[in-house]
Amino acid sequence: METAFKVKNLKAYYGPKEALKDVSFDILKKTVTAIIGPSGCGKSTFIRCLNRMNDLVLGFNVKGEILYDGKNIYSKDIDVIDIRRQIGMVFQKPNPFPKSIYENVVYGLRIQGINRKETLDNVVEESLRKAAIWEEVKDRLHTSALQLSGGQQQRLCIARAIATEPEVILFDEPCSALDPIATAKIEDLITALKQEYTVVIVTHNMQQAARVSEYTGFFMMGELVEFDATQKIFTTPSNKMTEDYITGRFG
Amino acid sequence: MNRKLYNKFLDKSFTILGLVATLIGLVVLSALLIDVFTDGMGRLSWQFLMSYPSRRPEEAGILSAWVGTVWVMILTGLIAFPIGVMAGIYLEEYEKKTWFSNIIEINIANLAGVPSIIYGLLGLGLFVRVLALERSVLSGAATLAILVLPIIILSTREALRAVPFSIREASYALGATRWQTIRSQVLPAAMPGVLTGAILAMSRAIGETAPLITIGALTYVAFLPTSPISSEFPYISFQGIFDAFTVLPIQIFNWVSRPQKGFFTDAAAGIIVLLMITFIMNGIAVWLRYRYQKKIRW
Repeated sequence: METAFKVKNLKAYYGPKEALKDVSFDILKKTVTAIIGPSGCGKSTFIRCLNRMNDLVLGFNVKGEILYDGKNIYSKDIDVIDIRRQIGMVFQKPNPFPKSIYENVVYGLRIQGINRKETLDNVVEESLRKAAIWEEVKDRLHTSALQLSGGQQQRLCIARAIATEPEVILFDEPCSALDPIATAKIEDLITALKQEYTVVIVTHNMQQAARVSEYTGFFMMGELVEFDATQKIFTTPSNKMTEDYITGRFG
Repeated sequence: MNRKLYNKFLDKSFTILGLVATLIGLVVLSALLIDVFTDGMGRLSWQFLMSYPSRRPEEAGILSAWVGTVWVMILTGLIAFPIGVMAGIYLEEYEKKTWFSNIIEINIANLAGVPSIIYGLLGLGLFVRVLALERSVLSGAATLAILVLPIIILSTREALRAVPFSIREASYALGATRWQTIRSQVLPAAMPGVLTGAILAMSRAIGETAPLITIGALTYVAFLPTSPISSEFPYISFQGIFDAFTVLPIQIFNWVSRPQKGFFTDAAAGIIVLLMITFIMNGIAVWLRYRYQKKIRW
């Protein structure tokens, strides 16, 4: 299978504090890769390196490489805007814009200068269908996105990420603010999305990682302890720490 | 008295004290309003609004004063609002934290507390003398604009800071540039707060007398600035901003200092007009804020 990301000796720093210590592994295209680990292990820092969201953090620094389609996304001649268009992201807390559902979905297109009504209408329907929320909102596209429930808002955020036709979608603990029913819907959606997209998901819920992913990486204190097929990680992990974590002995 | 009763007593006393403190403000304000209205309401008429000042109190009017106030306020807003909002955006969204930026920030906070007469002196030196704008509407408006700039900058920053970071993240993650994020997401969400700051700033500017007297605004003006609309080509004229002017607070101040009882009544009527203009201005700002609030759908 093809590689989407090749992470090579990635180190990350917040000022003098080292958040990631020499992380190397490959993320395959059109699969779901889960990143698990206890709080503060660097999993969020890691996923935010993949679309350079950490650039917004003052004093943040990286060493090493992340190759995406063979190119280092941290090299100087890469435009961070292009990277973020190709690599979408869904956040921990649903964060729709305080605008209508329609305007939320088309924002990514509008900032690229695409304003043709027909194009936008099509993208809205297609994206909302893919995010499994079309039926619930099709009659109120022009009402505020903030009137939706938390789970609906999160699916709207997924639709918004899909609308710009990225190749990768990053999920940073997408269900931590949702109830079990909304969580199940998002999980189904993630499983469906891997047909078309490369998915990377950070989660502190191990059952979730086991349910949705094919590959799992276990992080601890900024290090990648183990990376393997999800099945193997959850049945016969090769590292003692991984075993202790997934059996709930700590974390 | 045991402890429990004592605490209850303290609690009650504070409630009463707080109520009294609140009432003092209210009572004084309504006393002032009632006093002004009883004194001036009878003098208020079309003739009063449409006449120039005069030696005889019963013939004096405030035409030049209220027209001057309207001119100065519009121009002050046009100068101060864009500059203040842009400076606020820069300081909050673009500026890198260095020792130099710290100095700028401390200075802006301090400028908001500088006595207005100092701004008058600055206006006199800079606008009237160095830039040779004379005692014009433009000099007055520019002076007042500098006076209220810190208020607009500070309230803009406050409003921008209140927009959740998650909104910015969502925008950046979709490939937006910093300007696109500010223009399409942050600024619209912050606009109600920015406008509230602008209301405060303009309300302060409209009552200022000292800096305008310092730059040499006239106390007796029997003409109006050149009308911005003319019947001849090109139909619009900006000549008015270079004309001499007076404003309501100066006219009121002038009347109050006269010995005749009639001018005292004129002053009261002038205060009513000043209050009206303030209310209308605030009303427009509140309406604008309401429209923006409807556009963003929290």
